[in-house]
Amino acid sequence: MIARTLPVIDRDNEAYWTWGRDGKLAIHRCASCEYFVHPPVPFCPRCESRDVAPQAVSGRGRVVTFTVNHKAWVPDLTDPYVLALVAIEEQDDVRLACNIVECDPETVDFNMGVEVVFEQAEDLWVPLFRPVTA
Amino acid sequence: MTRFAEKETAITGVGMSVVSRGADKSALALTVDAALEAIADAGLARADIDGIATWPGERADGSGFSPVGCAALQDALRLELGWYGGGGEAPGQYGAVFNAIGAIAAGLCRNVLIFRTMYEATARKTAYANSLLREGQRQAGPFAWYAPYYTYAAALQQALFFNLYVHKSGIRPEQVGQIAVNQRRNAALNPNAIYKTPISIDDYLASPLIATPLRLYDCDVPIDGAAAIIVSRMDVARTLKNPPIRIEAIGSSMRYRNSWTQLNELDTQAQPKVAEMMWSRTDLKPAEVDIAQLYDGFSFHTINWLENFGFCERYGAKDFLDGGHRIALGGELPVNTGGGALSGGRLHAYGAVHEACTQLWDRAGARQVKGDPRVCATSTSGGPLAGAMLLVRD
Repeated sequence: MIARTLPVIDRDNEAYWTWGRDGKLAIHRCASCEYFVHPPVPFCPRCESRDVAPQAVSGRGRVVTFTVNHKAWVPDLTDPYVLALVAIEEQDDVRLACNIVECDPETVDFNMGVEVVFEQAEDLWVPLFRPVTA
Repeated sequence: MTRFAEKETAITGVGMSVVSRGADKSALALTVDAALEAIADAGLARADIDGIATWPGERADGSGFSPVGCAALQDALRLELGWYGGGGEAPGQYGAVFNAIGAIAAGLCRNVLIFRTMYEATARKTAYANSLLREGQRQAGPFAWYAPYYTYAAALQQALFFNLYVHKSGIRPEQVGQIAVNQRRNAALNPNAIYKTPISIDDYLASPLIATPLRLYDCDVPIDGAAAIIVSRMDVARTLKNPPIRIEAIGSSMRYRNSWTQLNELDTQAQPKVAEMMWSRTDLKPAEVDIAQLYDGFSFHTINWLENFGFCERYGAKDFLDGGHRIALGGELPVNTGGGALSGGRLHAYGAVHEACTQLWDRAGARQVKGDPRVCATSTSGGPLAGAMLLVRD
């Protein structure tokens, strides 16, 4: 595949895009009420605590929705690929955009169980998800 | 009782440039065409325009998405203004109208020129592919969360939401396709539309998959063109030559998570709360709406609006659309009567307002809806963006 376009890193999203170096998926969590706050911001909208920081989660989740892309938006983007939103196992309203990889795109389905894998790109580790194998 | 400021305003004139897949003049010249036509249509002169608004404001990025802003048009026309505003953080494309209503209510202006210009057809012929991503550039902002995943166009996010809708509703492709087929039929009767050759459901089903379940014929067509409307204070409107088209109610709320990933209900998008707000500001009911100009950047949006405006039940659009008769020009709710953005061209909901007024003023010629339509529901949308207006000619 062609090179991935990468995000601008700031203080809030740095953990999400770099903790994959150690195989960890980082999601901000409130230390006071344990609510996961995503996209990351150091404020808990549930209990108003400012004590919110990245925490490693299990990396497991489910496919909330997905699409199989067929259009070559740029040259060489010829193979179908899956764009999905995955809800993390710990909190269903935390949804992560991702590609579903290591499988035939036609086999991806709603509510499919998935787990995180990371792909290094420059100085970042991009979270991707693959089907959980039984 | 609360006073609703939109009820003190009306659309008094409309204008539209030639809409094409490659203009023979500049984006600013197209904007001037639309603006002068709208001013003249209202029976006003340049000197009467004291406010100007657009969405999302000038973006000098070569994309053609919004090449003309308030400042460029103000200077081109040498307008003397009490108020102006253009910006993208708003309830969809109608944010410019809602801001104008507020400015009129505040006493800042009386006749606001509102416009939307697009030059994407020409932009695509040169260097720019209208991609969300720029090669070699890191992404900031809300789309950064999608950036590493080959999310080159808004079509991909919309396909995500659309697929969940299809999964939950059970709508079939031949029902979805009625949107595209109906609008092509209407476009054939609109001299300024882009695509006028009729298509069948079989043509729809044979059109290429972009990203499942989104097909080429579900997507609107990028164009060069401009649309303009004049929104006037009601006491002024009553002195002008056209019967005022009152802005009966608006929906502008953000009572949901404004995010392309965390949006509360992905399959209905941001529309339900916005529609609810609009209906809370009027005594009119969905059954009293004569025609609908529903946002159709993708046909999925139109399907969403049919349900979210209450023209049918949640997940009932599949039955409403079945066979296509209800949404046709002679149907119970004619939808996107000028061909919409799918066949008429992407004027980003301002083509829809122009068509709404054209119908309400009985100017639509071969595509004129019979029975003297007076009430039109119109809308904008896209993921976390949504805005709605109910327009009434007394």
